[in-house]
Amino acid sequence: MSIEHRDDTGARFGMWLFLYTEVILFSGLFILYAMALAKYPQEFAEASHKLNIYFGTINTIVLLTSSLTIALAITAIQRNKIKQTLTLCIVTIVLAIVFLINKYFEWSAEISHGIYPGSNHMAELGPGITAFFNLYYFTAGLHGVHILIGGTLIGVVAAMVAKGKVTSDRYTLLENSALYWHLVDLVWIFLFPLYYLIL
Amino acid sequence: MTKIALKNTGFYSESPRSGILGWLLSTDHKRIGIMYLFCIVTMFLVAVCLGLALRLELIAPGPTIMGPQTYNATFTVHGIIMIFLVIIPSIPAAFGNLVLPIQIGARDVSFPKLNLLSWYCYIIGAVLAVIAIFSGGGAPDTGWTFYVPFSTQTTTNVNMAVTGALMLGFSSMLTGINFVTTIHRLRAEGMGWGRLPIFIWTLYSTAWIQVLATPMLGITLILIVLERVFGAGLFDAARGGDPILYQHLFWIYSHPAVYIMILPGMGVISEIIPTFSRKPLFGYWAMAISSLAIAFAGSLVWAHHMYASGMSDFAILIFSFLTFIVAIPSAIKIFNWVSTLYKGSIQLAPPMLHALAFIFNFAIGGLGGLALGAAASDIHLHDTTFVVGHFHYTMFGGTGFAFFAALHYWLPKFTGRMYSHKPAVIAWALLFVGFNVTYMAMQAVGIQGMPRRYYDYLPEFQTLNVVATVGSWVLAVGLIMMFVNLWNGIRKGTPVGKNPWGSATLEWSIPSPPPLENFGEKDPVVTKGPYDYKGVIADEY
Amino acid sequence: MAEHQHEPVPYKTFILIWVVLLVLTVVTIAVSRIQLDALNIWVALAIASIKSSLVVFIFMHLRQESKLFKIGLVTLLVIVAIFIGLTFTDVLYR
Repeated sequence: MSIEHRDDTGARFGMWLFLYTEVILFSGLFILYAMALAKYPQEFAEASHKLNIYFGTINTIVLLTSSLTIALAITAIQRNKIKQTLTLCIVTIVLAIVFLINKYFEWSAEISHGIYPGSNHMAELGPGITAFFNLYYFTAGLHGVHILIGGTLIGVVAAMVAKGKVTSDRYTLLENSALYWHLVDLVWIFLFPLYYLIL
Repeated sequence: MTKIALKNTGFYSESPRSGILGWLLSTDHKRIGIMYLFCIVTMFLVAVCLGLALRLELIAPGPTIMGPQTYNATFTVHGIIMIFLVIIPSIPAAFGNLVLPIQIGARDVSFPKLNLLSWYCYIIGAVLAVIAIFSGGGAPDTGWTFYVPFSTQTTTNVNMAVTGALMLGFSSMLTGINFVTTIHRLRAEGMGWGRLPIFIWTLYSTAWIQVLATPMLGITLILIVLERVFGAGLFDAARGGDPILYQHLFWIYSHPAVYIMILPGMGVISEIIPTFSRKPLFGYWAMAISSLAIAFAGSLVWAHHMYASGMSDFAILIFSFLTFIVAIPSAIKIFNWVSTLYKGSIQLAPPMLHALAFIFNFAIGGLGGLALGAAASDIHLHDTTFVVGHFHYTMFGGTGFAFFAALHYWLPKFTGRMYSHKPAVIAWALLFVGFNVTYMAMQAVGIQGMPRRYYDYLPEFQTLNVVATVGSWVLAVGLIMMFVNLWNGIRKGTPVGKNPWGSATLEWSIPSPPPLENFGEKDPVVTKGPYDYKGVIADEY
Repeated sequence: MAEHQHEPVPYKTFILIWVVLLVLTVVTIAVSRIQLDALNIWVALAIASIKSSLVVFIFMHLRQESKLFKIGLVTLLVIVAIFIGLTFTDVLYR
């Protein structure tokens, strides 16, 4: 095709529109959360205590830091510091992996206590607590899937940076994957207080 | 009719790849549009056959050609195919892709590769939906709404059907993202917001709904699958869930979705009415703003599908009130179309006839909608065939006829050949009569109290059901005649020039069929409005 | 194509914002340990909103984008608010 039409602003706008769709996707789960919280405030506080706040806090710090590193990567590529850009991308991916490992330990601890969707132990805990953990697993699970996608995306773009396909003159791909990564962080910013800090 | 060779074959003969790959890997918006059109018409015919089978079953009480389980599966599959595979993409994906870039003076959409990806999502969704019918525990029998608790408990193949719907939602969302960006970024020089054809305004509003509402369907369907796989009980009252919340989430998408279905249809009508009245559209800005207003108001009213579900009386009050707001912009549109016709020099060509039928049908459908939107009358009419009649009036009588109008209006542009008008007019008459007989009878029997979604009914409902079934046969004959005529037109119709209808929008200023990048060497510069017919002359054909 | 690209944001700005985000995280945890009943959730949401606007405006460069991007975001938030608010008209009054 000979259509050589470059529109970086358009590409970014398209990415923002895509992020809107992601926000709506998560807002479906937040609607369910809000309605259940209105119905079972006591049970939600009780269930929230069963979550490990240390895991939650560490993961919050990890994600905020990864958001910082990918934001710095944009400035680095704008200043044509390719090596720095690559390092920052790799740090971001490492932090994503740290997040997932953390999540793995957290979930295995909870599952070993018999807390997972559809378990017998949950049925004994009553409807309010069951609702809390169902929502927790599905929301955090969907968020985890987004971490995987975002991490992969950054990996692919980092490879393109290394090959010189993404440059200081043409870095919309990196910008867009960074936007996606920030969205993952945004979701966690709301997820963390709503699930770990309800008293 | 002897076949005359086309002088130019436009984008059909210009492609970097030859043969079938030239289509399957093409990022040209016209080729993608044609591929959508082909798939949509195919799926439409499949679902029409299912619909006819449903009508035939209802010709007499008791089992006539199928039993209850088959009937449930048939109306479910009819609904899924018609809604997700036909009506939602019909005008935006097929004609939107074909026409949108040309009408705004662009060479393609903003993200051509994404456009192709969205077509593949459509195909994957279609394949999954079809596989779901023949595999697993049998065709899904939940109705297209997948209401819990039945959808989480039935042993039929809901998982695959839902995954298919998810892919279709993804396809629709990507198209929405593409169109919003394209309309913002790629308008030609001089194509200000006040010069956009109303079809573009409606596609723009539609695309915003696709972006902001479709993900809600995504999460709802994902939760259905998770419920079925993990048995979590998110919608099970005994385990802290809430089945009514499922209905909320579902309709938060699916009510705006009916505006995804109808708005582009309104846009098509807004192009056709001025063209065949030789008169500028009455109230341009009212039409443009009312499109956005419908899109916005459409997201406020979803729970009017749920008056009988057990939700709070307060919510019923609120949603009933809000529902009436949607009637205002819709009425503005009808008034403006009629005012455009007033004192115009009307030419009753086939597209115009379909457009007029649209106004008639949509007015009936819209008024029926008010009867359903008012909580008091809805309690009586809820889950009767009146509801089925009502949404066929809006979706088939509205969007369906708009789709036919669009076929008759734009196919000559994109194939370079004109169909014969006489059979087209006869087919239109059959469709119009058959349609109204079928669904008016359905509405009438619904008011008498016949419930929807049953394969059986009380003997006193039989007369009207026979009328409806006979009407469906007239409809079927009309459809066959229309598609045969259009097919003949595509293959061996008389070649047409640039502008057979004498229309003033940009797509009629380039050759039919359009060349690969639409506008040759130089980018177009727009100097007049979309409905400025001064000096526009229709080509002879 | 200079008009399509932003001026680089200095490293210092990003790091400063990151520190503020960490501080707000500590604040939100601290506040959650104080018993404020129903107010807890609103405070938590308020802090989360501040944190996310920092991320959106600085990290995601929204500050540097045109009006279109900002109108889009407002539209999104209005729609989300409508979805949640109108659902409450049912659940709270059942």
